[in-house]
Amino acid sequence: MKKSSEPFWWALFGAGGVISALFIPVILFIQGLAIPLGWIESPNYQHLYQLFGSPVTRLFLLALISLSLLHWAHRFRFTLYDGLQVKHLNVLIAIFCYGGAILGSLAAGYYLWLI
Amino acid sequence: MFKSSRFPIYYKGHPRMFVKDKPIFWWALKWVHARFIIRELTSVPVAFYAIILILQIRALSLGPEAYANFTNWLKTPLSLSLHVISFLFVIYHSVTWFNLAPKAIVIRIGKNRIPGLVITGLNYVAWAIFSVAIAWLFLNLDNLM
Repeated sequence: MKKSSEPFWWALFGAGGVISALFIPVILFIQGLAIPLGWIESPNYQHLYQLFGSPVTRLFLLALISLSLLHWAHRFRFTLYDGLQVKHLNVLIAIFCYGGAILGSLAAGYYLWLI
Repeated sequence: MFKSSRFPIYYKGHPRMFVKDKPIFWWALKWVHARFIIRELTSVPVAFYAIILILQIRALSLGPEAYANFTNWLKTPLSLSLHVISFLFVIYHSVTWFNLAPKAIVIRIGKNRIPGLVITGLNYVAWAIFSVAIAWLFLNLDNLM
């Protein structure tokens, strides 16, 4: 039997599902809604820079971003298959989804490196 | 590969098997199916926020001016509406994910399987603790640093 790469992508999908479910709601709410709407005051630039630049935060953000993107890649890929039944575009969709997630992860790694 | 068409297709070795035509929007006809597709589509707002985080890190790395541009963009109606919609979707993602966790995780102590309700409960507890901790961090960052 041909060895399948599905369990590998599924594991990343699962890890991304957990980390995004635990952390994205609160971070999105604070940074994307509460601060822009003025409900709470924004920490100043220097302090945010220090926070985002610390090794622990960097590793955490890299994991959060790349696993969330891989979670999307796997789930969205199968939504396209099942929802729109575009099974004949199988390879193209897989390249778009996983490729996009990998590019996004590389970009995240690069900018985290620069901080 | 199975390919749906207007006519049943017969396969060699499966002479009696035929693939019924399914409309593209089959999932919109029944609420359970629509809910399944909505759940799967929560992955799009998850990816959206991952991209926002990348842009934020980029802006931070470029300096105070770039970061001010980024935070000004966050205040635009477009950004706020995208964030509101995404927030609702990611909450739905968390709830459906934690509720399904017992189906994916089987933990046994000795011979006894830990009940699904406990696993779901622990997920919600972890969710609450991390959310409070991160909110606290943001509220106190200026005093901590």
